[in-house]
Amino acid sequence: MSFLALENLQKSFGAVQVVKDFNMSIEKGEFVSFLGPSGCGKTTILRMIAGFETPSGGTISINGKDQSRLKTSQRNIGMVFQAYALFPNMNVFDNVAFGLKVAGTPKTQIEARVKEMLALIRLEHLADRYPYQLSGGQQQRVALARALAPKPQLLLLDEPLSALDAKIRISLREEIRQIQRQLGITTVFVTHDQEEALSISDRIVVMNAGHADQIGSPSEIYNHPATRFVASFVGTLNMIDAVVADPAAQTVRIGDQLIALRESVGNRKPSDPITLALRPEAASLSEHGDATLRGEVISASFLGSVVRTKIAVGGSTVSFDMFNSPDLRMPAPGEDINLHFSSGDLLIVRD
Amino acid sequence: MSLLTRIIGWAVLIFGLLYFFVPLGGLFEFSLRARRGVYSLDAYVRVLADPQFQATFSYSVFMALVTIVIGILIVVPTAFWVRLKMPWARPYVEFMTLLPLVIPAIVIVFGYIRLYNTSSWLPLTGSLTGTNALLAFGYTMLALPYMYRAVDTGLRTIDVATLTEAAQSLGAGWITILRRVILPNVVPAVLSGAFLTFAIVIGEFTLAALLDRPAFGPYLQRIGANKAYEPFALSVIAFGITWGCLALIQLVSRFSKMAPPRI
Ligand SMILES: Nc1ncnc2c1ncn2[C@@H]1O[C@H](COP(=O)(O)OP(=O)(O)OP(=O)(O)O)[C@@H](O)[C@H]1O
Ligand SMILES: [Mg+2]
Repeated sequence: MSFLALENLQKSFGAVQVVKDFNMSIEKGEFVSFLGPSGCGKTTILRMIAGFETPSGGTISINGKDQSRLKTSQRNIGMVFQAYALFPNMNVFDNVAFGLKVAGTPKTQIEARVKEMLALIRLEHLADRYPYQLSGGQQQRVALARALAPKPQLLLLDEPLSALDAKIRISLREEIRQIQRQLGITTVFVTHDQEEALSISDRIVVMNAGHADQIGSPSEIYNHPATRFVASFVGTLNMIDAVVADPAAQTVRIGDQLIALRESVGNRKPSDPITLALRPEAASLSEHGDATLRGEVISASFLGSVVRTKIAVGGSTVSFDMFNSPDLRMPAPGEDINLHFSSGDLLIVRD
Repeated sequence: MSLLTRIIGWAVLIFGLLYFFVPLGGLFEFSLRARRGVYSLDAYVRVLADPQFQATFSYSVFMALVTIVIGILIVVPTAFWVRLKMPWARPYVEFMTLLPLVIPAIVIVFGYIRLYNTSSWLPLTGSLTGTNALLAFGYTMLALPYMYRAVDTGLRTIDVATLTEAAQSLGAGWITILRRVILPNVVPAVLSGAFLTFAIVIGEFTLAALLDRPAFGPYLQRIGANKAYEPFALSVIAFGITWGCLALIQLVSRFSKMAPPRI
């Protein structure tokens, strides 16, 4: 049985339905990310789990227990906010101790637990500092320790890294993941950064306008996007417009070039439009795979370790990446080149 | 042109300063003349030695402290709740807190006496404690505009909603949130509201006189009507207290600026 179950969850603000029939079950110890563009309802779902918002419909249960009648303070949930939300009047020690004090934990136990938490985030030496004396990254680590100190059954993080600069964002997300693994705590992480979600999650929920477009492991989401939205939101997938040539032979026409697909085109008929996706790293100029597309080079840009080339193929722009090497010849704009890839890399995208 | 405006500016400033300080200087000078021919502090000594002065002044100080406590207990939770859950109600609440500035104290106190007289359903004026309580509530009302504004400004410096949610997720209830999170973060604001309240209560005449309580304001008036030099010494003392309060407000707000919450 799943640990956190969201069933037919809905939320409307006035006439606007923000979350539509959201279903998901999360296992104990799992790290799940909600990924989606701004305004798609990620925070709203998280706030319903925390008890800050009341669902308009559906149920939330944790460990088999329905949460709808419980107040936030009774749910035993740890929460980390984008704005850190440390108590400005308390030093680091008292911030981390807050939840334990509220619960009436004996003093000696509080001290031991706070020390343990500060060791976990490697900030023992800053126990006496006040929030305004800490950097953003340090404040967010304290906020994490504060959320974890009362041993919550669930940890919720709402874009905890978006206020930090790029370098700290990467190191802190790895730290969060490592601490999460160490404690085995079930975690829901909200972000609109796809790289962040891909790099630290067990599973990702890609959200689009209030419902889950796809739920899957990072590699499933990245390699097999289920919808056009997922494909365009996750990664830098190429979207190629094509038309069905022969459904029985599973062939499609891209511009005037015929290509055979590995998967069935479903119940589409000849000359129906179809959208295909191709990852930039799946194609190359050297002979490999069983499929070839010919196109005119639009641009080639040198990005350090890779060279990204864009070519025009039958009305679509396809970009692909090659690893840089000293003897690499950069394709010149205007030049016609052949792009080789395996037909299995060409995915049909659902709208 | 710019020279002219500069001169006019200075002239206005100097006029303002004179307007304010000349009477005050005269007052102070006169208060020192209790002994014929020489300056002395006789008037001050007599005032401070007067048991009536001590009694009324300590009564008013006590009432001021009670008023401050009642004010904090009413205003902090209200301002917090309005900010958190009823932002649409803010203009109305602000308007209500401004009413004491518009309605004269004499109207308020007559209303009180009508509502709470000995033959009413809540005969507060029937007992000393009741009358004292009524006076404290009246003072609280007079101080409301200053207290509310101060606390509301203090709440603006912290992220009330997120801090509240953080505390809730850590298991805290409303009382804990108010006592441990909200109140400590608005202490400088509460203090500046408290000093203003103090200054108002110490000098207040109407409520205390009509409810017939031995407060400092009516004493001031009585002395003024019956003595020659003492009223002036008292006025100087009253000014001193008010300025002391203002200086403390400055000090507290300066002090609080040294440790701004970073959000
Ligand atoms: N209290 C509210 N009242 C009315 N509308 C709201 C409220 N809270 C959120 N919304 C609306 O619900 C939608 C979803 O908001 P939500 O905060 O869940 O988005 P999000 O996915 O977290 O976006 P972001 O990435 O920008 O944080 C938005 O259109 C927002 O305007
Ligand atoms: Mg959000």
